[in-house]
Amino acid sequence: MAELTIQDIIKPENLVYKKTDLMTEKTLSYCPGCGHGTAHRIIMEVIEEMDKQEDTIGVAPVGCSVLAYEFMNIDMQEAAHGRAPAVATAIKRLWPDKLVFTYQGDGDLAAIGTAETIHACNRGEHIVMVFVNNGIYGMTGGQMAPTTLPGMKTSTSPYGRDVHSMGNPLKMTELVAQLPGTYFVARHAVHTPRAVRKAKKAIRQAFDNQMNKMPGVSFIEIVSNCNSGWKMTPLDANNWMEENMFPYYEMGDIKVDGKLVSKQ
Amino acid sequence: MAKVRGAIVVDVEGCKGCGVCIPACPTNVIALAKEVNGKGYQYAFMENPEACTGCSNCSIVCPDGVITVYRVKV
Amino acid sequence: MGELKLMKGNEALAEAAIRAGCDGYFGYPITPQSEVIEYLMAEKPFDRTGMVVLQAESEVASINMLYGGGATGKKVMTSSSSPGISLMQEGLSYIAGAEIPCVVANIVRGGPGLGDIQPAQSDYFQSVKGGGHGDYRLIVLAPSSVQEMSDFVPLAFDLSFKYRNPALIVSDGLIGQMMEKVELFEPIPRLTDDEIKEKYPWATNGKPKGKPRRVMTSLDLDPNKQEKHNFHLQKKYKEIEEKEVRYEMISCEDADYIIVAYGSSARIAQKSIQLARNEGIKVGLLRPITLWPFPKKQISEFVEKGIKGFLSVEMSAGQMVEDVNLVVGGRSKVEHFGRYGGVIHSPEEVLDALKKQIVGG
Repeated sequence: MAELTIQDIIKPENLVYKKTDLMTEKTLSYCPGCGHGTAHRIIMEVIEEMDKQEDTIGVAPVGCSVLAYEFMNIDMQEAAHGRAPAVATAIKRLWPDKLVFTYQGDGDLAAIGTAETIHACNRGEHIVMVFVNNGIYGMTGGQMAPTTLPGMKTSTSPYGRDVHSMGNPLKMTELVAQLPGTYFVARHAVHTPRAVRKAKKAIRQAFDNQMNKMPGVSFIEIVSNCNSGWKMTPLDANNWMEENMFPYYEMGDIKVDGKLVSKQ
Repeated sequence: MAKVRGAIVVDVEGCKGCGVCIPACPTNVIALAKEVNGKGYQYAFMENPEACTGCSNCSIVCPDGVITVYRVKV
Repeated sequence: MGELKLMKGNEALAEAAIRAGCDGYFGYPITPQSEVIEYLMAEKPFDRTGMVVLQAESEVASINMLYGGGATGKKVMTSSSSPGISLMQEGLSYIAGAEIPCVVANIVRGGPGLGDIQPAQSDYFQSVKGGGHGDYRLIVLAPSSVQEMSDFVPLAFDLSFKYRNPALIVSDGLIGQMMEKVELFEPIPRLTDDEIKEKYPWATNGKPKGKPRRVMTSLDLDPNKQEKHNFHLQKKYKEIEEKEVRYEMISCEDADYIIVAYGSSARIAQKSIQLARNEGIKVGLLRPITLWPFPKKQISEFVEKGIKGFLSVEMSAGQMVEDVNLVVGGRSKVEHFGRYGGVIHSPEEVLDALKKQIVGG
């Protein structure tokens, strides 16, 4: 049998995976290894698979992903810091047949935007909210976030987060799961192929919920690394994340079909 | 018995050398090149191409989406 | 003759929103304008026209809902009063930067800070000089009657969409709360989704098939491009200044002195002018209807005609008087009179001030 050369394999008919067309051609502005890129891509893959490019409107935050709209090839809007859920509320209420989602970081969703987050969830807006939590403020140079772990060093907690003066890390996801207005709440990651597949499934579920007009917000937290902010290599950051962030921010379903998932 | 052979194509100039694809690969195909691309990143490449099964684990986890995957049945 | 009704200013504003084909009102209660959202909720406009009414969690949320809705090409509106309008400044800057049409109404109350709930006109600076950050302007309309509270809503929407710029209706607690006869205008139907897509190719309501997707943003990290964008905005504002100045003149033809006043102060000044004329003082009223663009040309013409003095009557410590001064430029006497902090001046007080500050010496 003739040995297969690489050229024999790399043919259009053998294509198994390529980056979705719903990501633009622009090089991502994110740091090497940052989870944002993967998170963007799986959302766009879901929209493509649902054939909803023309019916989806996304709302970008302020933070590292302020430029999310440069990379997602759908109609998109900016939002002032923290305000994306309010922006999305109006879009969805005025265009109820469109798919609307927000994409926010931890400062946006859990600090300045806390009120907008809670009230959009409380009203049960029919939107998808994607919350990328890397426990730090990347865009502004690595300051402490509401989700920074105790003891974690950041530029505004240079000796480690001291819970007595700075409070404990905020678990927004568990908080909003308590509200009747959230329908599906889950937490995932995107650092390994297994995690990515699970996260994408959850995102698909979230958008399916909106398509099927299920009552309430579908809220997906994605715990991500921030190797620049954490001052590690991408791989070390992913390992650190598994060892330190995951015990606190637990992976998996928190609320499904409007019911909290009981922990055994 | 049907076997699969795979191959990946990395967009060399787009790769940021983050290395997240390396542990994602179940058959140790990928390594970072000694050379750098135009941006100064050591890009990912198939060091052990014969071991590639086209499972696309690498491409799924790549933050920049620079990996395209091909597969044939042998 | 349209339907006649005796209405409160705030209610007229709300009814006008429904009739003007507004698609969504997103607001938060605050005295003295909570009647606006209360009227809307009670009227159930969703059943009348499909208009969405939502009580937001704050004014911050309200203005950002306007961003989202307006960016999709829908007619969106909110209303508030001074402290709430302060909260909206960030949103207004974003909306102006992204060039999104929307209508905001400010029923001004005494300030600064929490102030009180009585009428004032101390948000002039905030309204016409920015309020939010950056080089932008709001188109500012100042009603002085319940009729104008109604009529200015469709006008504000028209101007706002014509120029893709937020429009602000600056009223005050007096006009908001008083009751007058209103002739309601014929309802203007809401645009359909398809009409919006056709009319506003910039609106982000779903990427059109075969065409590029749209992005609605005020951000451009390339300073050269941001400057170019600002040039474009400035050009737009120049055009608005040339074409959209609105004002009213009463008894100005033979006047020696001019009172410049808007909103409630204009109504009060009308009485002062009557009283003054009874005493032989020839005074007229220039009532700016657009606070921005300001009727600079009209004031300049008065100066050239030889007007001996201008009294800016405002329920504030003197804000519009600075703009009058800028135009007059020392060529004539310019003074301010006004009660403030929520106190309303009487026609007699205004007359007194006119005599003391402008006519005498």
